This record gives sequence, C-alpha cells and structure tokens, in this order.
Amino acid sequence: MVLIYIDHADNQIKKATQEAISYGAAIAKLLNCSAEALMLGTVEDDLTDLGKLGAQKVHQLKNESLNSFDTKVYSNLIAAAAKSLGATVVVFAHNINGKALAPAVAVKLSAGIVTGACRLPDLQNGFEVTKTVFSGKAFASIKIESPIKVIAINQNSFGVHPYDNTALVQSIDLPIPPASIKVTNINKVKGEIPLTEASLVVSGGRGLRGPENWSILLDLAKALGAATACSRPVSDSDWRPHHEHVGQTGIQIAPDLYIAIGISGAIQHLAGVNRSKTIVVINKDPEAPFFKAADYGVIGDAFEVIPALSAAILKMKLNQ
Amino acid sequence: MNILVCISKTPDTTAKIAFTEGNTKFDENGVQWIINPYDEWYSLVRAIEIKEKDPSTQIHLITVGGVEVEPILRKALALGGDEAIRVHLNSNDSNEIAEQIAFIVKQGSYDLILTGKETIDYNSSCIGSMLSALLDLPFVSLANHLELNGNTATLIREIEGGEETNEVQLPMVVSCQKGMAEQRIPNMRGIMAARTKPLKIVEPTPTKALTQIKEFNLPPAKTGVKLIAPDQMDELVRLLKEEAKVI
Ligand SMILES: Cc1cc2nc3c(=O)[nH]c(=O)nc-3n(C[C@H](O)[C@H](O)[C@H](O)COP(=O)(O)OP(=O)(O)OC[C@H]3O[C@@H](n4cnc5c(N)ncnc54)[C@H](O)[C@@H]3O)c2cc1C
Ligand SMILES: Nc1ncnc2c1ncn2[C@@H]1O[C@H](COP(=O)(O)O)[C@@H](O)[C@H]1O
Repeated sequence: MVLIYIDHADNQIKKATQEAISYGAAIAKLLNCSAEALMLGTVEDDLTDLGKLGAQKVHQLKNESLNSFDTKVYSNLIAAAAKSLGATVVVFAHNINGKALAPAVAVKLSAGIVTGACRLPDLQNGFEVTKTVFSGKAFASIKIESPIKVIAINQNSFGVHPYDNTALVQSIDLPIPPASIKVTNINKVKGEIPLTEASLVVSGGRGLRGPENWSILLDLAKALGAATACSRPVSDSDWRPHHEHVGQTGIQIAPDLYIAIGISGAIQHLAGVNRSKTIVVINKDPEAPFFKAADYGVIGDAFEVIPALSAAILKMKLNQ
Repeated sequence: MNILVCISKTPDTTAKIAFTEGNTKFDENGVQWIINPYDEWYSLVRAIEIKEKDPSTQIHLITVGGVEVEPILRKALALGGDEAIRVHLNSNDSNEIAEQIAFIVKQGSYDLILTGKETIDYNSSCIGSMLSALLDLPFVSLANHLELNGNTATLIREIEGGEETNEVQLPMVVSCQKGMAEQRIPNMRGIMAARTKPLKIVEPTPTKALTQIKEFNLPPAKTGVKLIAPDQMDELVRLLKEEAKVI
C-alpha cells in the first residue's frame, strides 16, 4: 500500500499535497496496490474529494492537539500508521513540513529515502527514483534498497491528475505522544501569495536600484496575480524581506512562470529558479547571463518595460 | 552549554557540474570544497554568537567525510569552533550519515544540535530531522531565529506564507537557514588558533546505506531565448498565454 501524508494548515489542505496524492496514486498503480492518505487533525475540506486526486481511502486521526505542528509527534504518528496499515511506500510533498517529517519517518521505518523526487520511480532494476541535485543543475537516479521506501516529491514537478473516485474516509486510532513544542505565535503575511506555492512569480534584482522603485514591480505582480521574489543582494540590503530571497542559499522555487527583472543571472541565483517551467528575463544588458537560461527575453530598461508589461496584462485580462 | 554543529562539505557554488565513470560519479577534478553555506553562515555563526554571550559555551563540530574535509573543518575552527570530530566515512546516504552522527552524540552530552537547512549539492534536507528521530529529541526545521533562556529555546521557523514562533525545552535539534545570523570571515587570530585546536578522527560505527546513486544526468539545455522588443509587450503577453500557456 502507498500511504500519502496530507499536509495542512489553517484548516486547509496544502496545495503541494494534491500533487503528492496524484504522485502516490500513480506509484500505487505501478505497484498494483492501493493509494491511501493519512490525515492528522481536521480540515474544512471534504476528505472524500481526495478521491478525485487518486486516493482510495483516507485514514483520519481527529484530535484537537494535532492542529499545531510538532515534528516529533507527527513523525511518530505517521510511522505508527504506516506500520499498522502495512505501507510499503510513504509519500510526502517536499514542502516545509514534508522536509521536517519525511526523514524522521524514514528513520522510524528503517526506510531509504529520496527527497526532492521529480519523476515516477523506475521499477526495472529494483526501485529507482530520480531527484534534482546541485540545486536543479542536475538529476540523480537513486536506488532505494530497503523494503519500505519514503519519497518526498518536489512541488510542481508531477502535476495534479484527475481521477473519478470518491475516497472512503475512515478513522484511525493511535496513541498521541506528548507535545515537544509549544507554538506561541503565528505570523502570516496577509493577502500575499506564499512564494513556494505560487505558480507565477515576479522577481527583481539590483537593476531596480533601490526599494523605492519596487512599486512598479508590485503593480506587475498584482496585475498577474503573482508572488514576488528577489535576488540575494536585494534582501541583503534590506530592500526586500528575507523570505523573498531565491537562489542557492535562499528559497528554491519551480513556478510555471518566473519573470526576472534587473537580475544578472548568476549561477547561484539560477540554482533557485532553473526548474521554473517558463522564464522571462528583462534586462538592459544583452550580455546578461540570464538570457541563456530564459525562454523569453526583453532587452530594455526595466523602468519602461515593467509598466508596459503590466498594461498589456491588464488589457488582456479586460478582453477575456 | 554544549553545542554540536554539523558541518558538511560541498563544491564551491561556481563549480562545474560534471560526471565521470559512466555518469555514476560527480567529477571532483579541480573542485574547490567549501563549508556548506547554511552550516557556515547560519548554524556555526549563531553558535559563535551564543558563545560570545555565554563564554562557558563549548562549540563542537562534527563531519562525516574523508580527509579532504579537513581544510574546511580547520576553517570552521578558525571561525570559532572549539574542537572538531571527523568520522572517517564517505557516504551519500542520509540514513547512514545521521546514524554516524547520532552514535557520537550518544557518547557525549549536547544541549543543542545545529544543522544547515540542506547541503547545496545533494539537497536532501534530511540530517536534522533524522537526528531528532534517532535521538528522540524535539526538532524545529528551517529556523531563522534562535534565542536561549536557560533551558528554553525560542525559535522562529518558516511556514508557508509566514513565520511561526516555537518554544522548546533543550536538548533539541534545529536546522538553520537565512536570517539566523550574518556571514563572518575568519580573522588572523582565529586562523592561528585553529591550527592547534583538537581535530579528532574516529572510525565509523558499522552502518548500512539504504540508497545508492545509480546515475547522474544533466537537464536538457534550453533551446534558446526568444527575444521580444520592449515596445511589443502585447506580443509577450500573447506568447505567455498561447505558446507557453502559463497565464
Ligand atoms: C556562496 C554564494 C551563494 C549565493 N547565493 C545566492 C542566492 O541564493 N541568490 C542570489 O540571487 N544570489 C546569490 N549569490 C550572489 C550571486 O553570485 C550574485 O551576486 C547575485 O545573484 C547578483 O544579484 P543581481 O542579479 O540582483 O545583481 P547584479 O549582478 O548586480 O545584476 C543586476 C542586473 O540588472 C541589470 N540592470 C541594471 N539596470 C537595469 C535597468 N534599468 N533595467 C533592466 N536591467 C537593469 C544589469 O544589466 C545586471 O544584469 C550567492 C553568491 C555566493 C558566493
Ligand atoms: N556528511 C555530513 N557530516 C556532517 N554533517 C552533515 C553531513 N551531511 C549533512 N550534514 C548536515 O546536515 C545538514 C543537511 O544536509 P542534508 O540533509 O544532507 O541536505 C547540513 O547542512 C549539515 O549541517
């Protein structure tokens, strides 16, 4: 059986989980077994709907104490559920909580693990999973040799595939270990699209010259409905908040569209964004290295191009 | 206060990514090894800051790796580590590396175990979480802030679209990322002192890798950029909508 962990916050299932369920369901098909999901806590979403993503069953452990995240508590419960349900593959989204949980669960199940997986396992010579390495600059195919396998799937690498199912929701009973963490505050940036979950991203670099010039970039992001990001020197100089810093030492993202404005395209920057489906580069220097990694390029002054692009997007949206 | 900082090596960020032996091995020819930036800039410097406030703090460094890691361990000592342990084992399997570290941890007594968010070569993001499981300790991942008050740690960790504040009783494991501290450069005094600081080499405890790297591949090169004139933004929007189908 393939067990998929459902990540949630604020009473909602995270977007990355939808993809993890589809991915787990596809593995279950390869292995000729069932795809079942595990829900710790409660959400507003209708769990039977997870059938539409490929889950045949959802095992739910309802308990109020589970609505705040604790790696130790959660990983113990996931491992216990995997054991009692007889899972041979446990799937996570390689998102923030998935990164915290999957390796601990692997330890508890004596399972080999591949994080950052980006393709379905190849079963021809055992069980081989391809993952991105060197911050997206290469792929490695990794054979898992243990009986139980743990996989964390990269966001935006497999997609969500529709199924014509309704999931059967069952409750599962497991003893809940004592909390090891007290959550004392949650600070959400209201109204902003979280960068790691965004499918469209507009990003600015040192070419924008100063924080006072960001309003045109924010207007573009608003016109598109995109999240905003920046290069490292921009966040280092406090022009933009640290959580917008993408690259090798910042956040790695893989949106459908990444628009890079006034960013030269240093190798460490590319390492965080090179898995984006489509890259648009706007730079006044035709020799900027970023153009080599781009699908579409505009050689021009950001201060003229950005407002023109925003206007063109708004025009397109009006005509829809 | 005893802090253990896990140090890993990684190729310099500008290193050419190439493979040998039929694409089964990373080509280390001419590669300059550096301390994984998350370990150097964030976890190690935060440990040093804690020691600056409370000089009774001891900073222990650990790495699982071959002799080629020693120069970077010396650099970490020059930055402010007190002593280093190198477990003499080359492995790419996270379970195995974590077991080696946990084995050493169990022989000592550490209040705080710090790792980086991930290594920038294999991007596993595993060791911190695995250590917490092997040692049955609380774990806070992707922390960008850590304050100690006696035996209580206050941490801020990243969550989707925001931050969460956690309070945890030591001992614990933390994986560190940007925001935790600012990059430092070793000074001459540190470099001199590092030469005589203890660097202990220990043989590995028997462990088994659960994964094997079978093959590396490079992604297909981009086919070439399509240039659009700055006064043709309607055309760019059309291409994004109809050709790339991303908006
Ligand atoms: C170990 C290490 C890790 C690193 N990690 C990261 C990382 O995670 N993320 C990251 O981003 N960087 C990282 N860096 C830094 C990286 O090497 C580059 O220095 C950085 O990405 C450059 O930022 P930038 O492109 O904004 O600035 P610049 O390189 O200064 O580029 C500015 C660009 O703007 C263009 N420009 C100027 N004016 C205009 C205008 N009016 N209109 C249009 N274009 C204009 C210029 O032509 C130029 O190409 C790292 C470096 C190291 C050594
Ligand atoms: N071989 C190693 N020796 C010591 N620490 C390591 C080793 N590999 C990884 N780590 C630590 O674990 C963190 C996460 O690495 P990883 O799980 O491999 O992505 C790194 O930032 C280091 O702090």
